[in-house]
Amino acid sequence: MTLMKQFLGAAATLALCAGAATAEPALIYDLGGKFDKSFNEAAYGGAERWKAETGGSYKELEMQSEAQREQALRRLAETGANPIVMTGFAFGDVLNAVAPDYPNTKFAIIDMVVDQPNVRSVVFTEEQGSYLVGVMAAMASKSGTVGFIGGMDIPLIRKFGCGYAQGVVAANPGAKVIQNMTGTTPTAWNDPVKGAELASSQVSQGADVIYAAAGGTGIGVLQAAADAGILSIGVDSNQNHLQPGKVLTSMLKRVDNAVYDAFKSGTDLETGINVMDLAAGGVGYAMDENNAALVTPEMLAAVEAAAAKIISGEIVVHDYMSDNTCPVN
Amino acid sequence: MDLSTLLQVLDSGVRLGVPLLLACLAGLYSERSGVFDIGLEGKMLMAAFFAGAVASITGSAWLGLIAGIGGSLSLAIIHGIASITFRGNQLISGVAINFLASGLTVLIGQRWFHLGGRTPPIKGAARFEAITLPGADALAGVPVFGPIYHDLISGHTILVYVAFACVPLTWWLLFRTRFGLRLRAVGENPESVDTAGVSVLRLRYTAVAMAGLLCGIAGAYLATSAPSAGFGKEMTAGKGFIALAALIFANWRPWRALGATMLFGLLEAVAIRFQNIDVGLFVVPVQFMQALPYILTVVILAGFIGKATPPRAGGEAYVKER
Repeated sequence: MTLMKQFLGAAATLALCAGAATAEPALIYDLGGKFDKSFNEAAYGGAERWKAETGGSYKELEMQSEAQREQALRRLAETGANPIVMTGFAFGDVLNAVAPDYPNTKFAIIDMVVDQPNVRSVVFTEEQGSYLVGVMAAMASKSGTVGFIGGMDIPLIRKFGCGYAQGVVAANPGAKVIQNMTGTTPTAWNDPVKGAELASSQVSQGADVIYAAAGGTGIGVLQAAADAGILSIGVDSNQNHLQPGKVLTSMLKRVDNAVYDAFKSGTDLETGINVMDLAAGGVGYAMDENNAALVTPEMLAAVEAAAAKIISGEIVVHDYMSDNTCPVN
Repeated sequence: MDLSTLLQVLDSGVRLGVPLLLACLAGLYSERSGVFDIGLEGKMLMAAFFAGAVASITGSAWLGLIAGIGGSLSLAIIHGIASITFRGNQLISGVAINFLASGLTVLIGQRWFHLGGRTPPIKGAARFEAITLPGADALAGVPVFGPIYHDLISGHTILVYVAFACVPLTWWLLFRTRFGLRLRAVGENPESVDTAGVSVLRLRYTAVAMAGLLCGIAGAYLATSAPSAGFGKEMTAGKGFIALAALIFANWRPWRALGATMLFGLLEAVAIRFQNIDVGLFVVPVQFMQALPYILTVVILAGFIGKATPPRAGGEAYVKER
């Protein structure tokens, strides 16, 4: 028994040493929480994929309040986690202050640009993905009117709407796009009741495909659209399964790929700005068994053609955040 | 604007106004008895969660409604114990209830469903579907009255009709019964009620429980009454506070509460339907429409139009003289 104990102790010491030799990566979720069915959950999915493939382990931290940001970052950096990945633009300022203190640790931030030598800034071209689902929406619409429902009225969400409108108009120049924002405060992300009302209002104005980029509010939009017998489009994660056979597609923002890539490169993480565009597989649209019957071969061909043109540079989708205006309404 | 657009906006206004109406009446009972209640938001949220969760587990909207009322009542009892029995500050107790509900719903929701605090989407018998009133389809062809009856009056869920029935019921209870007289008296001058040999504590507890009941229905409406389908984190989105504003706007009276909440619902519906309203000279931005309920309340409070007279003993715990 004593021998066994000693043996186990030795094994444990060995394991600890091994752990220290190869640093563990870490992931910090933003206030939305790990299981938000959208942005943060996608990050979790990427980390889990890395874990399943490599058999490695990672540290993770869920924020409880705004005040924990800096503390959380420093704690993880002190314990030797490397690289440290964080989701959400809100980490920008804190990381800018913390990163210089840990020059040997690599950081990756999603949805924000932080100009430090040991930081990788991952940004997505949401306008390109939205353009593609816009093309699909215009072709699926019989009335020639489609809708867009955004969450909180911020430039990032306008960027989704603007890309979508450009795609719709490209596929059907006569189409009308009704755009609504849920509100101007953070409660706009979690108001499914208002989302459903907005959707009903757009339906009564003739919209028969509605794209929701509104977090939890989008759940209400998808539900109301399904109740009214029209199609909807999900966002960030694949939301096709939320209303099977009623969700035309989902605009994918591959946060999971960004996390997976960062974890995979480990301490050799390349720093600088990393643009996750259509060509890099950063954005796209979801196809699965839930929407296979809704998407016709013509629609698929048109979307694929548009995607190829965007990648080749033949189509340039205007980015709303570059000048805060949109060429189409 | 044609008749059908007008009806759609009014219809949407009714749907948005109903949770406000229920919460406003809840606040009315509580505050008329002298217990301020800023925990309406939290109680509604708690009720919405339990209604959505139980409806999705059992597949019955009615069981969900009962569970929602239960959840809301338990918070109301906490508010009662803290502010009536132990004479704590009613506002602080209300704030605590809001925080408690906001945290508990997500915590329990995550533990039960692993969906980040949401409940699974519910359908069929698990939610209250719109009901068509008798003769609505037959009368739909009649000019003017037909569409109004078919689109505006018919086609809501049972909870909408319950909410509207609560208005005359509340009026009758408060102004035509002995219980109502005592309830109003306890909010104005609890000593007189006590002198008459009626228990102030029991009356206040009853009023707080009524508030819990009505908030429970309001929460169940948010989560399980079509077009809603399930609970979402923080889904009340400030409705409890707008209901409080409506209560002040309505001067703590049931019929005016109906008017105020329907007005606020309508303003929201208009803001949803017409993003920016062009009135010829200038464009009214949507943010103005969204802020209007609060602006109107402040105007009322400032005494420009009418006068808000809250129950005199409101906010004060009753201490029996010895």
